[in-house]
Amino acid sequence: MGFSTSYSIFPLGDSAITIDLGNCIEEQLNRRALAVHDWLQAHRFPGFLDIIVSYSSVTIYYDPTVVRYSKLNHSSGVYYGLEGLLIQAWDATDGMTAPVAEGQETPGPEGHFFRIPVCYQGEYAPDLEWVATEKGLTTEEVIGLHTSVIYRVYMVGFLPGFPYMGRTDPRLEIGRKKQPVSVVAGGVGIAGIQTGIYSLASPGGWQIIGRTPMPLFNLQEDPPIRVQAGDSVQFYPVSKREFGDLKLISPDVPDSKPFK
Amino acid sequence: MAFSIIKPGLLDTIQDLGRNGFGNWGISPGGAMDIYAAQVANLLVGNDKHEAVIEIHFPGPQILFEQNTLIAITGADFSPTLVDEVIPRWQPIVVRKNTVLHFPSLVQGGRCYLSVHGGYCVKKWLNSYSTHLKAGAGGWCGQPLKKGDELPFNENTIYFAGLLKEESNYEVLPWRVNTDKTYRYPHEIGFIPGHEWALLPEASKEIFLQNNFLIHPSSDRMGYHLKGAPIKVEQPVELVSAAVNFGTVQLLPNGQLIVLMADHQTTGGYPRLAHVVTAHLPKLAQLRPSDCIQFKQMDIGMAEQLLVAREKELHILQRSCLDHLNELVC
Repeated sequence: MGFSTSYSIFPLGDSAITIDLGNCIEEQLNRRALAVHDWLQAHRFPGFLDIIVSYSSVTIYYDPTVVRYSKLNHSSGVYYGLEGLLIQAWDATDGMTAPVAEGQETPGPEGHFFRIPVCYQGEYAPDLEWVATEKGLTTEEVIGLHTSVIYRVYMVGFLPGFPYMGRTDPRLEIGRKKQPVSVVAGGVGIAGIQTGIYSLASPGGWQIIGRTPMPLFNLQEDPPIRVQAGDSVQFYPVSKREFGDLKLISPDVPDSKPFK
Repeated sequence: MAFSIIKPGLLDTIQDLGRNGFGNWGISPGGAMDIYAAQVANLLVGNDKHEAVIEIHFPGPQILFEQNTLIAITGADFSPTLVDEVIPRWQPIVVRKNTVLHFPSLVQGGRCYLSVHGGYCVKKWLNSYSTHLKAGAGGWCGQPLKKGDELPFNENTIYFAGLLKEESNYEVLPWRVNTDKTYRYPHEIGFIPGHEWALLPEASKEIFLQNNFLIHPSSDRMGYHLKGAPIKVEQPVELVSAAVNFGTVQLLPNGQLIVLMADHQTTGGYPRLAHVVTAHLPKLAQLRPSDCIQFKQMDIGMAEQLLVAREKELHILQRSCLDHLNELVC
């Protein structure tokens, strides 16, 4: 896929508006979405409440009763003034993201790179064997494929600190569970061409192939999350013993080292 | 100054109007389910609308007032009773120290709000008093109130004891708010079509518009599960995760609907058929499992006007309550 050449703008009700660049997981689209997001952050307005970037869209949340007193007001409703602002954001970010060679998911200059330890053994990887069987691979091969890619973090959502990353090697592409099950905090999952980490214990439908001792959401830290959209992640395998050691010095304890 | 929880309710949490600005961290705003009732509870006792309130579900708690206190109870009718007398809702009330407030019966509604003059002394987490139960942060250390908790509030600036009559446990202050407009036609829920509304064949749109949908018992602060005739899209669709909002109506794979409520996740991948108009969220928040709702399409200009009218009403209410309180002090 090349540059994103089109967009659609639509309301999420009367208090949020979205600009959507296409329904796909694609680095180009995400980089452009991030550029639009950054431009809008720099052009806040009275009544602006929040902004979220997702795979290929940006959504602004606003209070229409306040926006109406700004120059974004519009005779048909403030929504139409905001529509104009999103079009401006699109135009202003034209050509701001350079093309990336196919298959090269590299960190942008704005992102951080994280090496994240994962234990792929035993009870830490409840769905690993099933995934391997389904895909006609050995568990070692699954681990190899999962750890060989540097993933782009496209967005954070679903839970505080849950990073949506991609794209996994196509040989690992697999569906979600029909019914969500309980996932332990730190569960590393795959679904479709995405991989993610359950930052908190939660019901979840992704296939859990490992667990990380690194907290993705930590109330003792400020800010409480570290991995964000635009960052890059590569996983590396650790043994159960190493998992235990890393957990002991995890940032739940104030003076331990960050994982980088 | 504090009051203590003698017996906890099903779910009593500290809330305000929500925690905005952290969606990119996966932290959704949360806050009161019925932001109208929460705001009015504060305004009635002369507080800023952003002060913390306690959101109470049924069965409610038993609360002991250790000082003379000015409070207001708004939202659902759980028959708030002081010692053995039912007290009015939607009005400010001075309660006498050493009396116990409890909520013996569910008359109507989903959740009520208890405000205190001066506001609760609770620390903010990420700029808000709201409780984020999943993260275990905000509000009362990220937890519901439990037995023995002593909830501190700010020093009274008004000498309330002077307002109490000798033989009475409480004194109702003589101003109230008319809530008719907010909760009128309680089962009619306005919506603006979502992006994926266009994927629905005409027959499915008819089902959405004509049918009653039943609120299922599994509904909670995260979302209302609706039961009704199944709704089908023309072609099955896989959507990448994208932002959603309080009031977003998603279509689940089994053809049933879920309305995202205050504790919704920040993003989701199910088709977004509709978004409840913000002005109708308070009345939706006061519906209970086994209540029905009927969706009514609205245009965005109309939805905005409803919010503007509400904002004006609340502004007038705020001025009026402050004037009344000032008169009492003088």
